[in-house]
Amino acid sequence: MEWAPVIISLKTASVSILITFAIGTWLAYLVCRIRKDSVRSTIDAILTLPLVLPPTVAGFLLLYIFGSYRPLGELLGEIGVRIVFNWQATVIAAVVISFPLMYRSAKAAFVQVDPIFMQAARTIGLSERRIVFRILLPLAAPGLASGGILAFSRGLGEFGATALIAGNIPGVTRTMPLAIYSAVVGGRTEEAYRYVVILILVSFIFVWLLSFLTDRRTTRQRSGERTPRL
Amino acid sequence: MKRNHLLIIVFAFIIALASFAGCSSGGGEAATEEPAATEEPAATEEQAAPEEEAPAVSGAVMIAAAASLENAFEGDLKPLFNAQYPDVTVTGTYDSSGKLQEQIEGGLEADIFFSAALKQMDALVEGGFIDAAAVTDLLLNEVVLITSPQSETKVTSFDNITEAKSIAIGDPASVPAGQYAQEVLTTLGVWDKVESTASMGTNVTEVLNWVAEGSAEVGIVYATDAASMPDDVKVLAIASPETMQTPVVYPVAELIRVTEENKAATDAFVEFIKSPEAMSVFESYGFKPYEG
Repeated sequence: MEWAPVIISLKTASVSILITFAIGTWLAYLVCRIRKDSVRSTIDAILTLPLVLPPTVAGFLLLYIFGSYRPLGELLGEIGVRIVFNWQATVIAAVVISFPLMYRSAKAAFVQVDPIFMQAARTIGLSERRIVFRILLPLAAPGLASGGILAFSRGLGEFGATALIAGNIPGVTRTMPLAIYSAVVGGRTEEAYRYVVILILVSFIFVWLLSFLTDRRTTRQRSGERTPRL
Repeated sequence: MKRNHLLIIVFAFIIALASFAGCSSGGGEAATEEPAATEEPAATEEQAAPEEEAPAVSGAVMIAAAASLENAFEGDLKPLFNAQYPDVTVTGTYDSSGKLQEQIEGGLEADIFFSAALKQMDALVEGGFIDAAAVTDLLLNEVVLITSPQSETKVTSFDNITEAKSIAIGDPASVPAGQYAQEVLTTLGVWDKVESTASMGTNVTEVLNWVAEGSAEVGIVYATDAASMPDDVKVLAIASPETMQTPVVYPVAELIRVTEENKAATDAFVEFIKSPEAMSVFESYGFKPYEG
């Protein structure tokens, strides 16, 4: 068994979660601040779509953007950047597919923060920036952490969009899910079995961590004062 | 049956036209259309007439054919055959040759087997499902190097394939076209280089799409695959037979199990598949006649 797919998958998931965490949290914050209900719902729906659409749809759209013969892809190609069939493409696919999990978790976490804290902070003249970093984010931390873990695990398992834009190059873009698929259709059941076990183990550890974190949070909430929800 | 309906409709149309022409006392347009319309049923009769027994042949034929033959059969060959033999019902089942072989061994009631490789045909001959004398090596598929029409690749043949920034082939572990690609590139001494940089598609469509989108600069597929997407991929080179251990041959044969009542229909269909008329259809789908 080759270890390359395991390393590629972990590398992809690790880099993509940094991007997903930052963008997901930031967009969730921005969407929460939109006052107009119809606008907010529309943007919310668009940002959630990759969660319900098959990854092949996301992969197809990504090809439309970054494909070698598409405007942006050609522009990038002229400055020597090739997205498709490179390792970076596995990260892009993982970010797009895991993004909604981060975004929705962050949004739920922000909504649950009692606005009275922010109002109190505003009355004593704290800047909006400080309110976000000192009050909102720490209070939403457990929700953000669970979103991050979910997104990381999803990125680790990304298959459909990756196959479309990153290809299946052993040692470069062949992630664990692609290695499993190639092994199964190639009749190498033993090899597939090993990757499956590794993938299940890693995913289990992270999802267990998630349950552990959320359980702890709810018990603490139950024992302490119940925070009113919006 | 459908053919009969069509004939009735065409006939009714002609009568309507003729009466219309009669009423309007020689209206120019109707008069010119009339002979054109009458030509159609006449032609059908002519085609059927030379073979004395042709109108009498009826029955049902099931052909089990490699997936790469599906378009040729469903799109052209079945309608062409039914124009000659309206009373024969042809059904097709299309899958990978290996799966079809297993299905026939498992009791699939096919009358004709059209395989994409000799291996599966040989297995069925050995298994007593097909008479060795009935097998005809009919078609040849070629292994081709493709690129996108928009590509500015420097690659011109299999020899300088390593000049491509990215290469797509079928995974030799699971895709027959990939096994042939490996054979060709090994003979040319570039397989080691290609293997470490190529994207391994798990089916041929994936390889085609990668090349069509320009994700892969060049790819290796069958000539028939390339012919299925003429607007999106173009053929750079055809692998020479010397670089392959075995040519890609498609054998066809009637099964031993064919029943008495469908025998004439099956024979007629096999004859039709081997006819020059059918060959020109196969050629339009990228096949070559096999002259071994």
